[in-house]
Amino acid sequence: MHELSIAQNIVEIVEHYVPEPARSDVRSVRVRVGGLSGIVPESLEFSFSAIVAGTPLGSARLNIERVPAICRCEDCSMEFEAADFVFACPGCGGMHTRLISGSDLHVVDIELEEVPVQGP
Amino acid sequence: MSVITIERKVLEKNDEIARLNRALIEGHGLFSINIVSSPGAGKTSILERTIERLRGSVRIAVIEGDVQTDFDAQRVARYGVPAIQIVTHGGCHLEAKLVQDALARLDLKELDLLVIENVGNLVCPANYDLGEALKVVVLSTTEGDDKPLKYPVMFRNASVLIINKTDLLPYVSCDLETVRRNALQINPQLRIFETSCTTQTGIPEWCRWLEERSRRPS
Repeated sequence: MHELSIAQNIVEIVEHYVPEPARSDVRSVRVRVGGLSGIVPESLEFSFSAIVAGTPLGSARLNIERVPAICRCEDCSMEFEAADFVFACPGCGGMHTRLISGSDLHVVDIELEEVPVQGP
Repeated sequence: MSVITIERKVLEKNDEIARLNRALIEGHGLFSINIVSSPGAGKTSILERTIERLRGSVRIAVIEGDVQTDFDAQRVARYGVPAIQIVTHGGCHLEAKLVQDALARLDLKELDLLVIENVGNLVCPANYDLGEALKVVVLSTTEGDDKPLKYPVMFRNASVLIINKTDLLPYVSCDLETVRRNALQINPQLRIFETSCTTQTGIPEWCRWLEERSRRPS
């Protein structure tokens, strides 16, 4: 359910940039999904393919780039991956850490079969 | 092959409306919270106890989000505060546009505090900014002390945690210290309150915190 509404937003962005006659030329849509975005990539892929099935975007594939959650410790400056949502610094044990990447949920680009299409 | 470069947030449209909501809410000098929890954790009960306590000093309005029915808006309206019900008809979270429509139905200049009670769900509401000042996550002791680890995004994005139904602690396997430790591991900045809507324990502390933030500078 969650990923379905996210996938719907992605489809709307693609439709905004690619006018109707060119939509069947869309081969892939690249999205960047952070480890802290709360999105399950497999579920997002499934939702996207379910929404575009039978539409001009039917042959478009979702290409998901995963971005790990990286934190920096404010006390000892160490950078580390917050795997399993553990935000304590593995270096000094401090809790003053700041997320520097991993909350992304972005559409990066759209790949089309033929000539470039000017976005609006 | 040709490539159109986009680089846009997937939820940009929602975030844009959330920014407008935030400007409107702050422009009227209102403090605002977005209350989130699993279904049945006690969001509406906490809200009822809060309104009872604060209605003499803070002018409150409530936006209720539910999948079906206006039961919660009816519950809250009994306390004499404006209550707008948003029915999502299956939608598992509130979006900024729904809140924008609800805001248009409130007389914001007559208010100090706006409470948005989200749909009961610890997953989806974490992604959707509504324009609130901060998120308050409610966790009841019957849900177990490992909940923050199971739904980390929500606990990471919230500023306040209310651990509710503390009167049931003798009957459930939930250790308060473990809840606190798990929650702070996800989000060390969390402000934590422990409440029972039945015995009123902790409600005065929570209300005092909320009142301090809702009071207009005189």
